[in-house]
Amino acid sequence: MRLHRRSLLALALATGLTAPSLALAQDDTIKIGLLATFEGPFTVLGEDGERGALTAIEELGGTAGGKKIEIVKGSSDASPDSAVRAARKLVEQDGVKVLVGPLSGDEGIAVKDYAKTQPGVTFLNGASAAQDTTFRDPAENFFRFGTDGAQWMAGLGTYAFNDKGYKNVAVVAEDYSFPYTQVFGFMAEFCKAGGKVPSKSWVPIGNKDYSSVIAALPDDVDAIYVALGGADAVNFLSQYQQSGGSAPLIGGSITVDQTVLTSQGKTRDVLIGTPAAGPTADTNDAPAWLAFTEAYKKQPNAFPSPSLFAHAYYINMKAAILGLNEVKGDVSDGGANLRAALSKLSFDTPTGKVSLDKNRNAVADIYLTEVVEGPDGNLLNKLIKVVPQVNQTLGIDEAEFKALGAVSRDNPSCE
Amino acid sequence: MSLVATTPATARPAFLGKVGAGHILLAAALIFYPAVATDFFLTQIGGYSLIFGMIGLSLMILAGYGGMVSLAQITIAGIAGYAVAIFGLNNSNVHGFGWPWWIVAPFAMLLAATASALIGWIAVRTEGIYTIMITLAIATAAFYFAQQNYMIFNGFPGFNGLRAPEFWGVYWRDPVPFYYLCLGCAALAYAAVLYCSRSTFGLTLQAIRDNPRRMRAIGYHVTAHKVFAWFVSGLIAGLAGVLLIWFNGRVSSGTINVAAAINVLVIAVIGGLKHPIGPFLGAVVVVLMQTFAIDIVGAERFNTLIGLVFLVIVFVSPDGILGLWERLKPHLAQDSLRPGP
Repeated sequence: MRLHRRSLLALALATGLTAPSLALAQDDTIKIGLLATFEGPFTVLGEDGERGALTAIEELGGTAGGKKIEIVKGSSDASPDSAVRAARKLVEQDGVKVLVGPLSGDEGIAVKDYAKTQPGVTFLNGASAAQDTTFRDPAENFFRFGTDGAQWMAGLGTYAFNDKGYKNVAVVAEDYSFPYTQVFGFMAEFCKAGGKVPSKSWVPIGNKDYSSVIAALPDDVDAIYVALGGADAVNFLSQYQQSGGSAPLIGGSITVDQTVLTSQGKTRDVLIGTPAAGPTADTNDAPAWLAFTEAYKKQPNAFPSPSLFAHAYYINMKAAILGLNEVKGDVSDGGANLRAALSKLSFDTPTGKVSLDKNRNAVADIYLTEVVEGPDGNLLNKLIKVVPQVNQTLGIDEAEFKALGAVSRDNPSCE
Repeated sequence: MSLVATTPATARPAFLGKVGAGHILLAAALIFYPAVATDFFLTQIGGYSLIFGMIGLSLMILAGYGGMVSLAQITIAGIAGYAVAIFGLNNSNVHGFGWPWWIVAPFAMLLAATASALIGWIAVRTEGIYTIMITLAIATAAFYFAQQNYMIFNGFPGFNGLRAPEFWGVYWRDPVPFYYLCLGCAALAYAAVLYCSRSTFGLTLQAIRDNPRRMRAIGYHVTAHKVFAWFVSGLIAGLAGVLLIWFNGRVSSGTINVAAAINVLVIAVIGGLKHPIGPFLGAVVVVLMQTFAIDIVGAERFNTLIGLVFLVIVFVSPDGILGLWERLKPHLAQDSLRPGP
């Protein structure tokens, strides 16, 4: 009797553990993994990334190389560990041969490292924009058709110094590799133009209380450069506004993105007039961008204008499908042909031409913008200037650029 | 010993003779599991569940036998993990002293156990909800410290490129060896806890849980016993931490964040705190849910589903899966299910 009961338990346990592995593969579909932040502080961003990826799939008829696309989603919470775990599940359990993602900076670096252990799988970045995902120690099978955070800042430092007349700027940014990259990109130009950055405040992701950060901001600065994303940006901006802060702001790419501009509350008053730069501009009137916006808006719960996450996932997903079309959906060679096709791929996006450099990082146009109130009361990023075809070294010679060192809290510095 | 023990406190005279059917069947199932499982199910589900089962087990010792609920178990595992990264090899170009694994692994465990004893030494001054609060405070502080400290912990990105050891011609992170490594360690920890629960120390600890004042009056050193329980629990959490880091190949503040700390508590509660097998059952359920919920309900609401399932389990059976088993037992004992005439 006793034995009987135990054997039942053991049997139940054994079947439970093995049964789900009996999945079947189909020949006429191709699986593409989609890895984004569907939990944690960047949830809103991840969901918009998904909308962008789906827009690309719908635009290309839901097929790649003649095979029907099947999307398998993986979720992370912006921490590198969770991203690798989700990527592992997509690759090792669901058997995807092409993976698009992840979204956040250090996630990208971690997934790049994981990519090295999976040479048969082709990874395309999502919206992750840390410099060292592709610049130092890159992986052969990791492609980034979106640009990095330093590239996104092209033109902003010069504009802030020359046109806005800011000489001293304090920095408030999240404490991880993407904001380091953004600050690097901003300061590269701003310091060169003659500006000074006397104080940098690094705050942890998911921080809720910014009172001590706001209190520590120096009084004698002309502006504050803010590189925070999602819920963090909204929290900082509303608390800054409530504490009576009046210094003008300069925005990081995701600080004045649609994911933040559409949030409710008083943040809008502090935001109007904020200059920023990034891979997209809401008031861009190029026909390709307008067509993209229309297609994007068909997605459920879409923002009035696609955020840069929707844009980045759109571009990378489109690149994946174009690459697959070129090899007729055949990845049976471990994806070698697909990767060769991707390396040579150059195509017109809603934001101009995109091509890859030798580290498989994009060279693309960057948009200098300023926040304005749109005709229907929505906040929008008004296009000021297009900086054409920015490369990863920001136009600086590669050896010289490398000598500037890896981005960090203290690099660069111009006090 | 059986899987159905209600009170592990009951000393069983013929313990060794009773290792018997239940454990042998379970062991056989687990040993032959690689024959039927894919690599993914072997490591990402099997190995991962065993590792988190061990962390849950370290909590079960404290909560089940000592009456001290700790939320700092993942922090203790994380201390061992960071020790492996700092004193072993990593490719983040920060520290990485390159000690061989057979020094690093025991050293990391010992460090974790010492840290655990220290945390315990602080926490045993409190009782009940205050122990939970003080350990939660320690876990949160450790998380933020690791996230913002670049000198020791390399901040948010943490350490990359940590490799499991290679010896006897086997790379121990390959799916099958890694699974058996986890299984061996988990079995060892499980057996040790079972043995410990019946030892003089274990019985004393349980008596202290039930009536500390009387035990003190009899002449037992209550604090010392509790702190030693923390030390033992730290050894197991440390061992799990080393395995976890070899499994992930990386460690960062995300490994020890508050969500992970709560996760360990969920595993222990879902499984049941009355018997050492509980945390392992809980870990299997939690890992399966967290891995596959996204396939069932999509990316938007999968955490809601996970939460609901856990709520239902705890609602139906406050003692977790072990408690469910207790409820099923009378039904299974019907005559129709008895073997043979």
